[in-house]
Amino acid sequence: MDEIIKDFLIESTENLDRLDQELVKLESSPASKELLASVFRTIHTIKGSCGFLGFARLEKLAHAGESLLSRLRDGQLTLTAEVTSGLLAMVDAVRQMLASIKTSGEDGEENYASLIAHLADLQQRTECCDPASSAPVTDPCDKPAITDNDSQAPLPLASAKEQMADPTKIGGVLLERGHVRPEDLAMALQQQELGRKRIGEILIAQGAAAPEDVLAAQKTVESRNPDTAIETIRVGVNLLDRLMNLVGELVLARNQLLQFSSMKQNAGFQAVSQRMNLIATELQEEVMKTRMQPIGNVWDKFPRTVRDLALNCGKDVHLEMEGQDTELDRTIIEAIKDPLTHLVRNCIDHGIEQPGVRKQLGKNTAGILKMRAFHEGGQVNIEVSDDGAGLNAERIRQKAIERGLASAQHASRMSDRDIFNMIFLPGFSTAEKVTNVSGRGVGMDVVKTNVEKIGGTVDVQSTPGKGTTVKIKIPLTLAIIPALMITSGGERFAIPQVSLLELVRMDAGETGKGIEMVHGAPVYRLRGRLLPLLYLNRELQLSRFKDGMPAQDFAANIVVVQADGHEFGLAVDEITDTEEIVVKPLGQQLKGISAYSGATIMGDGRVALILDILGLAQRAQVISARESALNDKEKQKTAVKMDLNGDRQTLLVVQCGNRGRIAIPLSLVARLEEFPASAIEIAGAQEVMQYRGQIMPLVRLSRVVAGSDAATTVSDGDARLQVVVYSEAGRSVGLVVDRIIDIVDEKLSLQAPAERRGILGSSVVQKRVTDLLDVASVVRDVLPGFAESPGKA
Amino acid sequence: MASTQQFCTFFLDGHVFGTPVPKVQEVIQHQEMTRVPLAPDVVSGLINLRGQIVSAIDLRRRLGLGDRPAGQLPMNVVVRTGDGAVSLLVDEIGDVIEVDEETLESPPETLQGFAREVVRGVYKLSGRLLLALDIERVVDLGDLTKGKGSREF
Repeated sequence: MDEIIKDFLIESTENLDRLDQELVKLESSPASKELLASVFRTIHTIKGSCGFLGFARLEKLAHAGESLLSRLRDGQLTLTAEVTSGLLAMVDAVRQMLASIKTSGEDGEENYASLIAHLADLQQRTECCDPASSAPVTDPCDKPAITDNDSQAPLPLASAKEQMADPTKIGGVLLERGHVRPEDLAMALQQQELGRKRIGEILIAQGAAAPEDVLAAQKTVESRNPDTAIETIRVGVNLLDRLMNLVGELVLARNQLLQFSSMKQNAGFQAVSQRMNLIATELQEEVMKTRMQPIGNVWDKFPRTVRDLALNCGKDVHLEMEGQDTELDRTIIEAIKDPLTHLVRNCIDHGIEQPGVRKQLGKNTAGILKMRAFHEGGQVNIEVSDDGAGLNAERIRQKAIERGLASAQHASRMSDRDIFNMIFLPGFSTAEKVTNVSGRGVGMDVVKTNVEKIGGTVDVQSTPGKGTTVKIKIPLTLAIIPALMITSGGERFAIPQVSLLELVRMDAGETGKGIEMVHGAPVYRLRGRLLPLLYLNRELQLSRFKDGMPAQDFAANIVVVQADGHEFGLAVDEITDTEEIVVKPLGQQLKGISAYSGATIMGDGRVALILDILGLAQRAQVISARESALNDKEKQKTAVKMDLNGDRQTLLVVQCGNRGRIAIPLSLVARLEEFPASAIEIAGAQEVMQYRGQIMPLVRLSRVVAGSDAATTVSDGDARLQVVVYSEAGRSVGLVVDRIIDIVDEKLSLQAPAERRGILGSSVVQKRVTDLLDVASVVRDVLPGFAESPGKA
Repeated sequence: MASTQQFCTFFLDGHVFGTPVPKVQEVIQHQEMTRVPLAPDVVSGLINLRGQIVSAIDLRRRLGLGDRPAGQLPMNVVVRTGDGAVSLLVDEIGDVIEVDEETLESPPETLQGFAREVVRGVYKLSGRLLLALDIERVVDLGDLTKGKGSREF
């Protein structure tokens, strides 16, 4: 594509974005001539360039918009919501045409005849407008030229007109300040056309303006014209990304150099490497800055969104923004675009009440939607708040119980804050009706997922009747982060500093002291509090690498971390150092492992994995996984226990391994099936089976709960397999058992939970000790993606 | 019309495997690797390829050929894939050879299991057979990562 067209596209896209904002602003302050002039100028520029480049259809459309605007500017028409909508529709149409130019080089087949007719129609309503309201700028002699729709309007007058309303030209400024009369200016402009002198000089010569006023006006013009104030050049984002990568490499090389220099006793070399260190750090900061963008870049589209939505919902919403110039890395800006849109939609659709309701409540009929951004503690805080109805804790509680997300008892014990945060669960919506704006219960889940993906957190606060505030905290950048280096089981890992709270070192003699066991789960007494503990080597199964060495719970250090508001301790062998690390993504092959967020290259050139504290915690169920975000493991167990204890239950008793008797609540069993072993197929390393038109993953229960490890994955083709089918959210998993023993109706009395995973506890069934299976947890342990991502096979 | 193609060949458990030369980024000596706990067995670890982090997949394990004899260091064949570079660990590297497309045949029935899925075809060379690998399929661990990644051992 031609450079010139590329430039035109970039420029026009920016102009259109600005138009969106300005039109919305203009709607709230229709009297602002400055805004109107700026809008007019933008459309005029687009029209001019596309005429020049030969995009006739585009030009025609822009022209229709321009004509309508000229009416507004002359005060012959007042700006109504209808006119604004018409103009915004034109902006959208121009945007579509630009998109078509971008892909095909043509301005498209669509000629928007109806839109142009609509714009013309709006323009014809001049008559109904009160001439008294016309702006003082209007000069009677201009009228014929302007009402003449022909773009071939007499040039001198048109340009005089433009200069007069243009606040970035001297004439406009003088006029604005009342230093010159419109008639004098019009005359001076006509003279300028003939004599090519500067307008200021003509005015002074005519005695129409004082020299000092002209000088002052000139200064104002210079400051208003941003091009003369800051020198900028356009640089492709790709280039910046590449620069960032290179600086990342440089930082790595510097780390290596520093390590090397600390081993050498050469003062000169050390001085040079220190200097190198400083420069690299500074360079890194500066390059990071090039990728920083004010959050306003994303926010700028909200005035339009808010206007359209509010109109759509029949509400009156006033948008306030604070801290638009708060800067963020552009990758993060991209990532928060969608979450913010969802939040804004929610505020308008659910938060702010109808004007009538607000009046009854004694509130201002116009609701206030406030967006705020600020830096705090190396993080960016973004708040979206409304002064609407607030969240109804009771209704959310009810909904949660209805959906089985919490037991009634549990829900009643939860704090309002915890209840509020349930709106971020997938599929959760309390909206009575699903509108085309929101209410499907998808949005808030997306908000949380997206924000957490970039290492941020979301919190919601609400006061009934007063409004709701959603707070988002996100890191400034993702590319280079400070991290703590630790070792466990002989391997090195990085823990991002953001999740770090404190470090606890245990003296040699004290190792193991202070660590106690609660139901087999280790906890540490930290200043009187019980801190759940995770042994990193156990969690990551590091002992697997060391032949014959059993997993030893030896830990010299505890790293206290927090994830999702929960604190826990990570027991590690050694804490080495803190270091700035460059985050590199893991290959597709390793993306599925939630325990890591990436990898980095250390000073010695070796690769170290970066631990994903949140993922690790969810894996280990220190804090509950997303789908059971309400109950942690203990609570979940208790809840089930309470449901089970005392009540008679129908249980399916099966045999796994040689001796293990396992009971499964029959209510969780979809079907019992028998298949020949030859029906098993392998997808990846997972055994699967075709079942009712689906691919059903298989779980060998004996391997999961009884600990026996069959030597071969696929059994003889002749053998028959007993499969218990478990379904959830439309997807099925087959639990392969050795034998189905019986179906019994028993009163359960669960004993203390067993230490094995996937077992809720033991009970006596048919006079024999039988383990009760925790079906959901077994399925998730083996298939972490199950139920989280229905649709993805 | 007889068209020919250049293949980079390597050995695994006595078999000759190969992949078209344009797919191969480079061949390097055994590298120090960082193991990835919880990863599927076929992922041997991560290597630092001049500042780029590359997953190393043990082809023997991937193809179900049984582990390499102790003490034998594998070679890295770094291949280009849709998802960036991936290193394939092989026993030994062979020559780059020119093969005639006409000698290509579909994989023999005797080829079992997963190997059957990733071998695109067999080229009949004089005296031996060259098994052409479908690289994209080899490096796509698909459900392997999801299903097996977090299984308790």
